[in-house]
Amino acid sequence: MKIITGNDLKSGAVTWWDGKGWSLSVNDAVEVADDAAAIIAGEEATRRVNGAYIIDAEKTDAGIRPAHIKERIRALGPTVRLDLSLDPSATPDRVL
Amino acid sequence: MADPQFLFRDEAASAPAVALSAFGEDTNATAVRIEPGEDARALLPHLDRLSLVEVTFPAFTDGRGFSSARILREAGYTGELRATGDIGVDMLSHLRRVGFDAIAPATPLDPAEAETAFNTWPEVYQATVVDGRKPIWALRHGL
Amino acid sequence: MYSYDHYDQAMVDARVAEFRDQTRRRIEGTLSEEKFRPLRLQNGLYLQLHAYMLRVAVPYGTLSSAQMKVLGDIADKYDRGYGHFTTRQNIQYNWIKLEDTPDILADLAKVEMHAIQTSGNCIRNISSDQYAGATPDEIIDPRPYAELLRQWSSFHPEFLALPRKFKICVIASDTDRAAMKLHDIGIQMVKNDAGEVGCAFYVGGGMGRTPFIAPQIKAFVPLDQLITYAEACLRVYNRYGRRDNKYKARIKILVHELGLDEYSRQVEEEFAHLLNQDIEPPLAELERIKAHFADPAFEQGLSDDLDLSNPKFARWVKANTAPHKVPGYTIATISLKPVGGIPGDASADQIRLMADLAKDYSFDELRVTHAQNIVLPHVKKADLFVLWEKLVAADLATANLNAITDIIACPGLDYCSLANARSIPVAQKISQRFTDNGKEETLGELKLKISGCINACGHHHAGHIGILGVDRKGTENYQLLLGGSEGADTSLGQITGPGFNEDGIVDAIDKVTDFYLAERQEGERFLDTYRRLGMAPFKEVIYG
Repeated sequence: MKIITGNDLKSGAVTWWDGKGWSLSVNDAVEVADDAAAIIAGEEATRRVNGAYIIDAEKTDAGIRPAHIKERIRALGPTVRLDLSLDPSATPDRVL
Repeated sequence: MADPQFLFRDEAASAPAVALSAFGEDTNATAVRIEPGEDARALLPHLDRLSLVEVTFPAFTDGRGFSSARILREAGYTGELRATGDIGVDMLSHLRRVGFDAIAPATPLDPAEAETAFNTWPEVYQATVVDGRKPIWALRHGL
Repeated sequence: MYSYDHYDQAMVDARVAEFRDQTRRRIEGTLSEEKFRPLRLQNGLYLQLHAYMLRVAVPYGTLSSAQMKVLGDIADKYDRGYGHFTTRQNIQYNWIKLEDTPDILADLAKVEMHAIQTSGNCIRNISSDQYAGATPDEIIDPRPYAELLRQWSSFHPEFLALPRKFKICVIASDTDRAAMKLHDIGIQMVKNDAGEVGCAFYVGGGMGRTPFIAPQIKAFVPLDQLITYAEACLRVYNRYGRRDNKYKARIKILVHELGLDEYSRQVEEEFAHLLNQDIEPPLAELERIKAHFADPAFEQGLSDDLDLSNPKFARWVKANTAPHKVPGYTIATISLKPVGGIPGDASADQIRLMADLAKDYSFDELRVTHAQNIVLPHVKKADLFVLWEKLVAADLATANLNAITDIIACPGLDYCSLANARSIPVAQKISQRFTDNGKEETLGELKLKISGCINACGHHHAGHIGILGVDRKGTENYQLLLGGSEGADTSLGQITGPGFNEDGIVDAIDKVTDFYLAERQEGERFLDTYRRLGMAPFKEVIYG
């Protein structure tokens, strides 16, 4: 599936497009289709997100898993400081 | 070419600026335009007949025009020195410091924001000389 | 150390006001991200993997106890309770909010600090020798010249949209502790035959994807022409540095493509011209700055005796202290490389503790090193044991300066949006392995440096052992380099061959260090043995 991630303009927090707005949880991310570019342009223009981009991901039993390690680290926090993750279930294994 | 939105001399030059490549042959031209990759020093033999040098900033991230401007002023050029192109409000104070006395942004800037921007620096650290401002080191030592 | 007068303070305050206004315009929408980005970068604000990151300048690596304390307070108030000291003697915070940043800059300005030009295509923070003003091996304290350059480079209107970033380093010792020749401009303070102090200029060094060691361009620039000469170097670069390809935009490529002679000729021409422009501050200004760097009130006639009966203390003294120019004093390095820890990270409490220790034991002064450690430059030997005990209690007494576990590592893919691979976990594994197997102390000086991408923030080219993280078809892969050095004998490491996974790279380092231990001759460091034997036998050991 294709999903969109970006950062909140004011706080910088990693966010995920949930169909209506931006969630802090990757598991709220929704599949986007051909309208992804329009969503990004519109949301950036209204300053609800900064630096948004489209990524590949897959739905798993444990939730949505971005295809690349970079976005998995974005979703779960630095692998060396998972105590700072928003997700209490985050483990190095889940990131890798 | 658009009139300058900001002018720090009595009046703006009106002659159309020719490209540097055409300027050499056009011995009547009194206004010239130089692009970032062009050598401002090519104009030094002709400063007497120039009333306008337009320095272009096709992209605000390309700072070559700052050097071009200062080089012309250092050589004694006293005609209008006009910055044109992709000029944002946050460049204004620096443009003044390297000797521009006319600024014509491609997109007009908010006058109030511009006023704030021109007055960003209470003092300055460097002697660019061409802006006439005394640097902080000169003030410190009463020079 | 330097303290601001009302002019310096007004400039920093003006910068805070300017950035507050720019941030407001960005949030309100009159400033686009495209236009805002270079402005925030020139105030040290990046958008990183998890949040904004703020890089605060520590000019030439020197700071006071009060400044250090504020760095700790900022970590608590605006971040998540820690900071990361960097290879350019700065500190960065990883979890910053854009909307807080003007307030952070205002907090910094209150203690004469800032984040000015810590990023962006401009002249960056001036770096220097962390032992400046304390070591017996320098000809003069280099920091006044760095401060003169700091003021000159701050908001220099001609050089704020350079082709690429520009890093300057000033040292005054043949023992280069600041990687001087790997800077865009490296300046070494020297004396000429007449005994006058001047500057030797090296131009066009750097790491990144195309590393170069800076060649000397001028052997002696008199002090009253320092700024003028630097301005000439910068103007030639601003006008002719490549802007068509960001990977070829650093001055090293210009110097390389023009050739040193032609670049030098152009600089000389510009220099001759600028000498008539009256842009040089008077020597009186240099004297004014120098007065700020006068020695603290050292006690005279102190003994150099030290009770080393505690073996752990003795080991720390041997590893982490360096000779001081005044009898009875020493230079103490606080390692930010605990076993298995994150290189360069310090908690807010640790930062404030180091601030207190500087106040009590080091004339109120600290230094940040390019190897991501903290130095207390002026410690009385009589105080050293008490200081060490306090460091032990705060997990800051790791005795490993310049050892294999004193690893330089960039933040890597755990934090950085440019990275291709993680650096920190590799550093942690190596640190743990070489502590557990007891080899660390036997190996002696062995500088290991890890970068998570080709930009080389972790100085992998300059490590006796270097590691470069790359992305190989979506998985992290690590290349091994041998033979680099950032000191007086600067050299660039060579890649051994095919890369490794995370465990594989640790094993490979085990192998090359075992080989070194077997082959070393009396007094040889790892680097010396490598230089004597060359790459081939090491390669054989790794891949054979």
